[in-house]
Amino acid sequence: MSGIPHEPYEPKSRLEKWIESRLPVLGLLHTTLFIPTPRNLNWMWIWGIVLTFCLAMQIATGIVLVMHYTPNTSLAFASVEHIMRDVNGGWALRYVHANGASLFFLAVYCHIFRGIYYGSYKEPREITWIVGMLIYLCMMATAFMGYVLPWGQMSFWGATVITGLFSAIPLIGLDIQTWLLGGPAVDNPTLTRFFSLHYLLPFVIAGLVIVHIWAFHTTGNNNPTGVPVRTGTKKEVDADTLPFWPYFVIKDLFALVFILVVFAAIVGFMPNFLGHPDNYIEADALKTPAHIVPEWYFLPFYAMLRAITFDILWINSKLAGVLTMFGSIAVLLFLPWLDTSRVRSGRYRPMFKVWFWILVVDFVMLTWCGSQPPEQPFVIMSQLGTLYWFAFFLVVLPILGIVEKPLAPPASIEADFREHYGTGEDAMARAAMSNPAE
Amino acid sequence: MTHVEQPSGTRRDFLFVATGAAGGVATAAAVWPLINQMNPSADVQALASIQVDVSAVEEGSQLTVKFLGKPVFVRHRSAEEISSAKDVDIDTLPDTLARNPNLAADAPATDENRAMPGAEQWLVMIGVCTHLGCVPLGEAGIYNGWFCPCHGSTYDTSGRIRSGPAPENLHIPVVTFTSETVLQLGASA
Repeated sequence: MSGIPHEPYEPKSRLEKWIESRLPVLGLLHTTLFIPTPRNLNWMWIWGIVLTFCLAMQIATGIVLVMHYTPNTSLAFASVEHIMRDVNGGWALRYVHANGASLFFLAVYCHIFRGIYYGSYKEPREITWIVGMLIYLCMMATAFMGYVLPWGQMSFWGATVITGLFSAIPLIGLDIQTWLLGGPAVDNPTLTRFFSLHYLLPFVIAGLVIVHIWAFHTTGNNNPTGVPVRTGTKKEVDADTLPFWPYFVIKDLFALVFILVVFAAIVGFMPNFLGHPDNYIEADALKTPAHIVPEWYFLPFYAMLRAITFDILWINSKLAGVLTMFGSIAVLLFLPWLDTSRVRSGRYRPMFKVWFWILVVDFVMLTWCGSQPPEQPFVIMSQLGTLYWFAFFLVVLPILGIVEKPLAPPASIEADFREHYGTGEDAMARAAMSNPAE
Repeated sequence: MTHVEQPSGTRRDFLFVATGAAGGVATAAAVWPLINQMNPSADVQALASIQVDVSAVEEGSQLTVKFLGKPVFVRHRSAEEISSAKDVDIDTLPDTLARNPNLAADAPATDENRAMPGAEQWLVMIGVCTHLGCVPLGEAGIYNGWFCPCHGSTYDTSGRIRSGPAPENLHIPVVTFTSETVLQLGASA
């Protein structure tokens, strides 16, 4: 499966041989677990494990929450309160599930920006990147529909606003919106179908995650230098890589423990910090909350939707806003072909670095603008932020590849590793020096 | 090297294409019920007409009723509201159409074309912002008409869009007075 040569799996016991000759699942697990991994991966390479953990946690807590939840407009809100008050440990399950979505998105944003900085989307990892983007789209759909299920005011009005996006499509928009909602407005048919899809999509994500891993196990991991693993001889492979188990699994789990400490503190001490008080008011079709805000992880795109307050040529502002919002995610899908630079990692691209960090600041600023009321100065800030978002992908990246003079990346991963961490002997010598008493 | 003649346009080719086409049609026919089940069900479609008694709605106040899952505003307008609505040049409006299904589709957005015919103090509108479907707040915004809290669209005292991202005036429902004080929303059965 892997493009990097490594020891093939040899079944040892009779049981292993019996299984392997009938279904080669042990070999598959062995190849996946012991895959040669670049030894210079830094702490930004932990998010994959965090994301996998989040998916498992959301599915596990979700399955048990469904045992107590009722998807019906007259009972949904009460059944959530039932979970909070009556179900054994129900409050913890629900708070973990609700805040788990936030951890999921925090991790995915770190993961995506890591990919952008180190050029992980570039040849030959385009399919890994595109599958990752499809996972992200499924995550957004799942999170959106999940937020509707408690049937609070934000649930209801969030659903109204987001399904309203489809009414902007010319000619068939209203029919599509009616089809999505199952009626003229958000109501019981909407709730039941969102419940069904909210249960389905995580399993679609799990399938896509397998494809995502399959793809980058075929090409090999990217790494902070962007320099590929040398595959000429076994010695070179060993100098550049270490097996995933135990080296990277233990490192990733260590990072996960640290993240879960913070997560547990939020779930335990401030579980509603990222939520909205309005969602503890039951949905009312006749009363819009004074200030509708989506969950924080949608805010940058919500800001871009609201930034378009003017018509663009013959496209009215409503449709233009919707196109801008979907376009802001669509440009990411084309990223592998928008970046023209031959150097993969941003570490060796002095001009790219500057533009990249402006993009990160832009993303944070748009998040903040999206949480604010639609007034000045937030409108103009959102407009400038939207302009930069598109300019980065459609103008800056294609031009940078031509005008930028990149630095020379190291000759190999081994060279980079030695430069940062020294050889094993050096480290042992240092350890001995700092502990002379032993 | 032998060269095998590949005959084209044979009976076999025809059967191959015909079988593929039949399979495609059968698959589409099987998928359609799975898509169509998401369209409004019979009980949702049935609730298409209601009657509303407006005798208790004082001048300068508004009644909101739920019709087809959406709020409908029944506004008893004051004289100032009517005069400020009439005192607008239609050509300066973002949306110059009346959006009134009781009139022709190209009727201009004059106040006469939006208020109830023969009873201009009554303005009946679907209370759903034409931007993304929030419920605008009454007696609010710089035109003292309606203001949408979601994305800042402002409507005047005739429910016409004046500023903000919404593309159209607030829509008028199908509505008639069945007596002096009773409105019928939706077409009569």
